[in-house]
Amino acid sequence: MEFDLLINAIIAGLMLGGFYAAVTAGISISFGMLDIVNIAHPGFIILGSYIAYIVNVHFGVDPILIAIIALPAFYALGTVIYQIYYQSFEKHGQDSLRGLAFFFGLLFVTEVGLNLVFGVDYRSVDVPYIGGSLTLGPMEFPVRMLVPCLVSIAMFGGLILFMSRTFIGRAVMAVSQDPQALQLMAVDPIKIKRIAFSISIATASMAGAFLIIIQPVIPSAGREYIGRVFAICVLGGLGSLPGTLVAALLIGVIESITATFYGPSWAPAVSFGLLLLTLAVRPSGLFGR
Amino acid sequence: MRTPAFILVLTAVAAALYFTFNFVGNDYLFFAGYVVLQYIVLATAWNILGGYCGYVNFGSAGFFAIGVYTTIFFYTVGQKIDTLMPDWLIAPMKLIFPLPLPVLIVLAGLVAGIVGLGMGYLTLRLRGVFFAIATLALTVVMETFIVNWSFVGGSRGAYVIPPNEVPIFGNYIHFLFALMLLLVVIALTSARLIERSWLGVGFATIRDDELAAEASGVPTLRLKLVATVVSGALMGMAGAPFPYYIGYVEPASAFNLSYAVNSIAMPMIGGTTSWVGPLVGALLLGTLQQVATVTISSAVNLLIVGLLLIFFVIIAPRGIVGLYQDWFGKSRKGAKP
Amino acid sequence: MTDIHTAAPLLEIEQLGKRFGGFVALDGVNLSVPRGQRLGLIGPNGSGKSTLVNCICGALQNETGSITFDGIKVDGMVAHQRTRQGLARSFQLPRPFRSMTVAENIRVPLLYTVNARPGTHLSQSELDDRCMELLKLVTLDAKARKYTTDLTQVEMRKLELARAMAAEPKLLIADESMAGLSHSEVEDIVALLIRMNERGVTIIMIEHIMRAVMTFSQRLVVLVSGKKIADGEPADVIQNKEVVGAYLGQ
Repeated sequence: MEFDLLINAIIAGLMLGGFYAAVTAGISISFGMLDIVNIAHPGFIILGSYIAYIVNVHFGVDPILIAIIALPAFYALGTVIYQIYYQSFEKHGQDSLRGLAFFFGLLFVTEVGLNLVFGVDYRSVDVPYIGGSLTLGPMEFPVRMLVPCLVSIAMFGGLILFMSRTFIGRAVMAVSQDPQALQLMAVDPIKIKRIAFSISIATASMAGAFLIIIQPVIPSAGREYIGRVFAICVLGGLGSLPGTLVAALLIGVIESITATFYGPSWAPAVSFGLLLLTLAVRPSGLFGR
Repeated sequence: MRTPAFILVLTAVAAALYFTFNFVGNDYLFFAGYVVLQYIVLATAWNILGGYCGYVNFGSAGFFAIGVYTTIFFYTVGQKIDTLMPDWLIAPMKLIFPLPLPVLIVLAGLVAGIVGLGMGYLTLRLRGVFFAIATLALTVVMETFIVNWSFVGGSRGAYVIPPNEVPIFGNYIHFLFALMLLLVVIALTSARLIERSWLGVGFATIRDDELAAEASGVPTLRLKLVATVVSGALMGMAGAPFPYYIGYVEPASAFNLSYAVNSIAMPMIGGTTSWVGPLVGALLLGTLQQVATVTISSAVNLLIVGLLLIFFVIIAPRGIVGLYQDWFGKSRKGAKP
Repeated sequence: MTDIHTAAPLLEIEQLGKRFGGFVALDGVNLSVPRGQRLGLIGPNGSGKSTLVNCICGALQNETGSITFDGIKVDGMVAHQRTRQGLARSFQLPRPFRSMTVAENIRVPLLYTVNARPGTHLSQSELDDRCMELLKLVTLDAKARKYTTDLTQVEMRKLELARAMAAEPKLLIADESMAGLSHSEVEDIVALLIRMNERGVTIIMIEHIMRAVMTFSQRLVVLVSGKKIADGEPADVIQNKEVVGAYLGQ
């Protein structure tokens, strides 16, 4: 019995981790590669959830489809934010303090704005597969977890391919190593960073849809993801997408086991505790050099 | 102005404020004023680490909550002496408990200072960004811990019943208001003292360039720890009277994000390089919020705080104090944009 | 200056090693610097010069070998402790404290290094005098009350050197203080460094500008790929085949 519980906790954790990977993808790009501490990212994810919610409620469209349609809008949002960030902070080279405060303000404004429009009640979407679940021997796969997890891992694979195979992707990797090197190649690092940041915000659209399929959402839900995504990002080694994926699965499993055996109210502390521990002991991450 | 003269002037202003409020005789003024004063302490405390050293602390709510829960812990101990203590201890403990609020404030400062030291020691060797993220993480860890700790009420929350009357002050809110005034005097005096001493110089070198600071002989880690401890302790002290003010505390109210946002926004809007900035920012934003909460809604007023924060960090990076210096041609502090 | 005649070297580096991941930045470097010497350190880009400086000054920790300064083992010490021991440096790219004036910049090492040494305590007026004295030495006294953002490149380099000097070092390491300066500005800085040396400060100068190196150095050390390949009289060293090869091969 205990063993079945453990197996199912691990499976649930892996699926949760797949979802966390999508949540962290954006931060892994913006913070890990571009050195932009976008702590507002979880706020944009919740924004994505609410967009999926509002369209789903009115037109009954699948949230994931909505998220894909909304990708250009999120990409544009990312471009605008990067432009403001670059003009106001990055161009002057110093004072990351104000850049941080800027994103903190964005996070807060997004949350309060959603609060004003939608209120503080939990909102959820209506999709036919939400209640179902697949069983395989003692193992159980709730579809509302499985679908986001699979799409998320597909998206993550796409990102990894994009970063390693395309010209822009490789330029992003190069910019994270050495901005000067790019200038020698006659590529504008600012443009590359803008594209990369816009992509990072676009992932929030997808993650938002996954989130609202998995569980009902309130405007302040973004907050509990801040520590989690940074924990995963740091744990996976900054700027490493494969490392991020592994760390996301790991955190998912640890949280799930904690929730199963010690109660869900302890789960949030796990990733944050792990983050504190990682920062203290091995700031380069589990897989960093 | 020398420090004793400064304290004297500040105390005189505080006393004048108290007696004016007392003369008006409206208790709502005391309730609203208390919140604004509490924000002055929080903003000043945040600025000692954030403004002077350049280390952003997102965990103000956590340190505030440490103060809140220190009070609740000792209050609960006082309530349960008969069941908690061995027989021979009950009588002496009954003499000590309930601990008077000023003692609780000091205890809260100690606990918050120690937590600050621990957190600083874990993370201050890293880049500033990691420290910022760690403070966020720490807040959630602490909130989870409190939610699961039934002795201090857990997720249900805890009731604290203030006495109806206090000697000299009479009404309890008058007493709380006066205590908070005292904390404001302590916070502003400490901030100003730090700013004008060798400590302030060292903090500024950390904010400007840590590598160059070390090369000039500045023990950066030790100074950052000093800043974290002082800042954390002041925040804890600001939180200690809160249970008596509010009467019923649940984790969500003690760890409220608006403390974190306000204690960042107020110095940023006021100006971060001197003690005047957080004071101006807290007075302005705090008063605005008190008015807006009554006249509009609390969600709208938080939206205003967020928008003002974004607006100021982009348009006026040196805050109101900076704008004032620009307009009146006062000496420029800080780098050119 | 009796110190100059003391037999024990001021700085003694033995088998110093440092890697970054798989990259070997320093590979068993030995270097002994007697008191009062003017030492030039050259090498192609990426040869490990800056890593060596960072290891000596404590911005990086060496992985193998040892650093003895003035009879005390300093590896393992944090950077500010080494500064207090008398080891000062200037940075390749000037790193002034931007929120402070020129004079306030100089005050920092006076407050935190000179006043931190046992038995010294400069009063406010002594601090001010010392600041002006140092600024006069680098001819920045007219700019004492200016903010560092108002300085030119040369002035910034001079401030960098004056701030290092303010710590009253026994050894000063000048890390490429002259890159990008004009002919006469380079001469200015070289003259300044020689003046400092005449005050009894041992100086290690890291430089690409050969004219400056040859004027300044009493001894020349060449670093290539983290290894010391030549060490001796400047005139002899630049004739050295290995050195010529390393530079031509670059």
